Amino acid sequence: MQRETVLNTLVFLALPAVAAIALVLDEPFTITLATRAAILALAAVGLNLALGLGGLVSLGHAVFFGLGGYAMGILASHAQSYAPLDLGLFVIEGTKSMPVIWLTAVVVSALAALLIGLLALRTAGVYFIMITLAFGQMFYYFTISWPAYGGEDGLSIYVRNSFPGLNTLDPIQFFGLVFAVLAIVLFIMGRIERSAFGLALGTARQNAARVETVGLSPFHLRLVAFVISGAVTGLAGALFADLNRFVSPTMFSWQMSGEFIVFIVLGGIGRLFGPVVGACLFVLLEHLLSGVSEFWLIYLGAILLFVVLFARGGVIGALVGRGGHHG
Amino acid sequence: MTLLSLDSIEAAYGAAQALFGVDLSVEEGEVLALMGRNGMGKSTTIRVICRLMKHSAGAVQFNGQDMARVPSHLAARAGLGLVPEGRRVFARLTVRENLIAAARPGPWDLRKVTCLFPRLAERSGQLAGHLSGGEQQMLAIGRALMTNPRLMLLDEATEGLAPVVRQEIWIALDAVRRDSGLSLLVVDKSLAELGRVADRAVILERGRSVWSGPMADVSGDIANTYLGV
Repeated sequence: MQRETVLNTLVFLALPAVAAIALVLDEPFTITLATRAAILALAAVGLNLALGLGGLVSLGHAVFFGLGGYAMGILASHAQSYAPLDLGLFVIEGTKSMPVIWLTAVVVSALAALLIGLLALRTAGVYFIMITLAFGQMFYYFTISWPAYGGEDGLSIYVRNSFPGLNTLDPIQFFGLVFAVLAIVLFIMGRIERSAFGLALGTARQNAARVETVGLSPFHLRLVAFVISGAVTGLAGALFADLNRFVSPTMFSWQMSGEFIVFIVLGGIGRLFGPVVGACLFVLLEHLLSGVSEFWLIYLGAILLFVVLFARGGVIGALVGRGGHHG
Repeated sequence: MTLLSLDSIEAAYGAAQALFGVDLSVEEGEVLALMGRNGMGKSTTIRVICRLMKHSAGAVQFNGQDMARVPSHLAARAGLGLVPEGRRVFARLTVRENLIAAARPGPWDLRKVTCLFPRLAERSGQLAGHLSGGEQQMLAIGRALMTNPRLMLLDEATEGLAPVVRQEIWIALDAVRRDSGLSLLVVDKSLAELGRVADRAVILERGRSVWSGPMADVSGDIANTYLGV
């Protein structure tokens, strides 16, 4: 078995192990931390398809995270108030059902990614970064000035949404649900990475003209990757809002997009489990260092600087070598 | 049936005009040799056919379709398979991944390509960038075949390779042509080897097609005048 596979397996098992130990020690807060890490990892796994495999440095992925969050917030708040949601052409009822909310979050995020991608992917490099950032800021300021759903104060949901057969208010059950979603998405992403589509996407990042000569359009490859990426990040947004039972414009902020990139860089760009390692490290450092100093981000910055300068393959690359051929 | 036709093609790199009037045609199942000394416009003609470069005058028709506004990826999907000069394999993918990434439905699949080039089967899991020049060339041809083209264009497919490897590639191309009836447009400097494979030849001189005829006639004065051999 390759060293990276062993490490991936250990990382994958570490999250449920932490949650199980916390359950035994009756530490629900630690279970919530593990859940938070798994959700942030899911968001970054989504971005990793666009950034790691497609080379698309999107500084606007918080758009999809926020849309997922607001899909949950809006549907749940209408279910909470028993007031139907009037969309002009048609009226829909709110819902507290997680599967329905997830589906909505995925569809809305994918559509947004399609529209943003159609415009942004006509550019490259710094212009692509700026366009995605601009979309992020548009959504951020729109939600701030949207009083119907809390404006700057955000929107609280009093009871966590439901999933058939589970008590989602129980931290360990909600963790189990989130972890199962993360596992399924990682499995799908692994398949995508090894598929003809994934191989072509990775190659288009290295040399677009070469891909065109075999009949593949780099633009279409990147657009499909961007849409899948946005949909996964949107799903993470819905779960994040459910974890906190709160959604606010900060989910759209460019800092959020920056954090997703930090997870990927920390763990290892283009590696399937890179975002998982990065998100877990981030949550761990956030928890440990914020107890030491309120300026804990300075320490995180130093660690990130070290990784970028001395461990270009991220933590996974430093531990197993930079041999990942898609990296 | 005429598969590809170029009619008075002109093309330029910015202000520098490279093609001043290229005429050629490739029939279904035919092997056409595109010949000429260095810098006469052979690779530019290939680039224009594959839509990697736009022509400024004239017409390119492939399978009855005007290719003027067709982007390069759709030209490839229409049935133009390019084996580019310098091989240009996907260096960071394995041999198998190179072939899979390009695959489209049709008679050519992984099994058939690895039968044609057994060395690719032996190197299946190896990174393409780590292959020898000859193996990379076989991979480049295999990758083009995996797109199931109607016309395969080979730009200096045996350049810089050891004689024994060149021989192996020419034998494979002959087999491709014989067994599948695939049309080929081949750019190469080796008159002897082209003579064994090609049906007809077109010779370019300073961006113009100056001679065309049966491959068997490319000898003596013609070879001396236009090819310097």
